[in-house]
Amino acid sequence: MSITFNDAFKGHDQMLMFRSQRASVLANNIANADTPNYKARDITFDSVLEAERNRLTLAGSDDQHIHAHSTGSINDGVLYRTPSQPSLDGNTVDMQREQAEFAQNSLQFDTSFMFLDRKISGMKKALTGGQ
Amino acid sequence: MSLSNIFAISGSAMSAQTVRLNTVASNIANADSVASSVDQTYRARKPVFEQMMTDAMRDRGWNASDDITAGESGMGVNVAGIVESDAPLQPRYEPHNPMANEEGYVFYPNVNPVEEMADMMSASRSFQTNVEIMNSAKTMMQRMLTLGQS
Repeated sequence: MSITFNDAFKGHDQMLMFRSQRASVLANNIANADTPNYKARDITFDSVLEAERNRLTLAGSDDQHIHAHSTGSINDGVLYRTPSQPSLDGNTVDMQREQAEFAQNSLQFDTSFMFLDRKISGMKKALTGGQ
Repeated sequence: MSLSNIFAISGSAMSAQTVRLNTVASNIANADSVASSVDQTYRARKPVFEQMMTDAMRDRGWNASDDITAGESGMGVNVAGIVESDAPLQPRYEPHNPMANEEGYVFYPNVNPVEEMADMMSASRSFQTNVEIMNSAKTMMQRMLTLGQS
């Protein structure tokens, strides 16, 4: 059994990346709360997964063939939010909802961080033998 | 790193709301500035916001594989310009006013103080929200720096 960071972190590092990207999308919604015709956006785990799945890959029939996939997809998992109370100026940002989502996202970020931190301290313990 | 994007996004929103507060202050200060002709009268000023162009990012050749939101999450808000209100001015018959024209009329600006006060509250609340967002981004970044220390 080989120890690699990919196996050890179990995707918690990727989750941390996703959470910080979502924080940036939500911060942009809140920043544009007074911009006419701005449409609120969001990313979810499912939408990012779907965008990754829809990438084009090179066909290969042999292990030695080059494996590659396209770098860009159409929307990168960023979707428009369904407006609950559309306003007269075409803006669909619901401030309360964005704030709630942002707070929830921060907590989920802390959770992923804690998991990652525990994984690292576990590895440290294994390396030092609990000294 | 998209956490540092948040500082730029919230910062742009804070500066945009400051411009809005500035126009409100200017409008309220000039609410009673009279003039003797329509052309010289102060008109209420309003900022127009627009989202910062994501095309600028695209032109720089962003790579979707390393940062999924580089193209789509946006970069904050921008003040496109400040427009003057088209609402009709208020002519008043004040023959003893030193600014009165030949017919005895002075022109008052089309500033609506109630609207301006509501605008001021909206701007300061939006500013506060963006300060909070920046604070939580700061906390998240500070936690990131302590990764693996425990």
